[in-house]
Amino acid sequence: MNLSFMIEALISVLLVLGGFFAFTGSLGMLMFKDFFMRLHGPTKGTTLGIGCVLIASMVYFTLYQQEPHFQELLITLFLFITAPVTGHILAKTGLHMHLKYITGTQGLQPELKDEDVGQSRVARPARPKRPGDIKARRKQLLKSRGR
Amino acid sequence: MKPERYLPAPGLSLVLFLTWLLMVSSIAPGQLLLGLVLALTIPLSIRRLWVPLPPVRHPIKLCLFILRVLSDIVKANFQVSLLIWSPRRAPHPGFVVYPLQVQDRLVITLLANTITMTPGTVSTNIRHDRSSLLIHALDMSDEQALVKDIRERYEQPLKEIFEC
Repeated sequence: MNLSFMIEALISVLLVLGGFFAFTGSLGMLMFKDFFMRLHGPTKGTTLGIGCVLIASMVYFTLYQQEPHFQELLITLFLFITAPVTGHILAKTGLHMHLKYITGTQGLQPELKDEDVGQSRVARPARPKRPGDIKARRKQLLKSRGR
Repeated sequence: MKPERYLPAPGLSLVLFLTWLLMVSSIAPGQLLLGLVLALTIPLSIRRLWVPLPPVRHPIKLCLFILRVLSDIVKANFQVSLLIWSPRRAPHPGFVVYPLQVQDRLVITLLANTITMTPGTVSTNIRHDRSSLLIHALDMSDEQALVKDIRERYEQPLKEIFEC
């Protein structure tokens, strides 16, 4: 009886943790400031959340239905394959569409080369919409007016 | 009647067969037969898209690598959660160009996926000539340290595992 209580406690803790992490991942969508940062929440925050729920499910069904359950492992496998690929494609689309990112972003200005874009069916916006570029364009404009 | 013609990727066939049995979770003769049919037809139908996997030279190192990635995923979740729950501490995002050393398509894919799953980084673009990977880091303090970290933690082991 004591053992079954322990196991139930373990399953409950795993379920609550799973819910917490999945919620955190979704909350990241709200809290972060630009598209590329928002990608981090769903690609990572939810992995552990779903992992916890799946482990809880595996323990529960293995112990209470007296037969081993391994289908959850398959869900994990599919998740591990699909989550990074989706993240990569979304991020690449973000670059393609010149999505805005916040001013504090470090590193060089990322730009897709022509060969990365290929023969695209989706029209790219002509000019990057990033804040730095707007300032540069304004400077150029002022210069040309002053001349 | 070459065996390669009807069984282009034996490893893939085995994985498909086992996956099917796991999914239906039974070993009834009918399911075995169906699994066998799927394991034979799917590799044949995707033969033109299939990129052969380079042979795994060190299975033990591969297991260690998987364990390390799993532990890093847990760590990544805690780090990202911490960032999400502490909005006062604004993260410093940044783009990093990561020069690739491996050239095999599948190994690069593995590396890019690993980078996305692990702490604070998402791979955003692979150069067409396979020379570099563009990474978006959620909270970056030192660009060089990040590149070095990825090289030592993930790329070197992958290189050793597949020896390329």
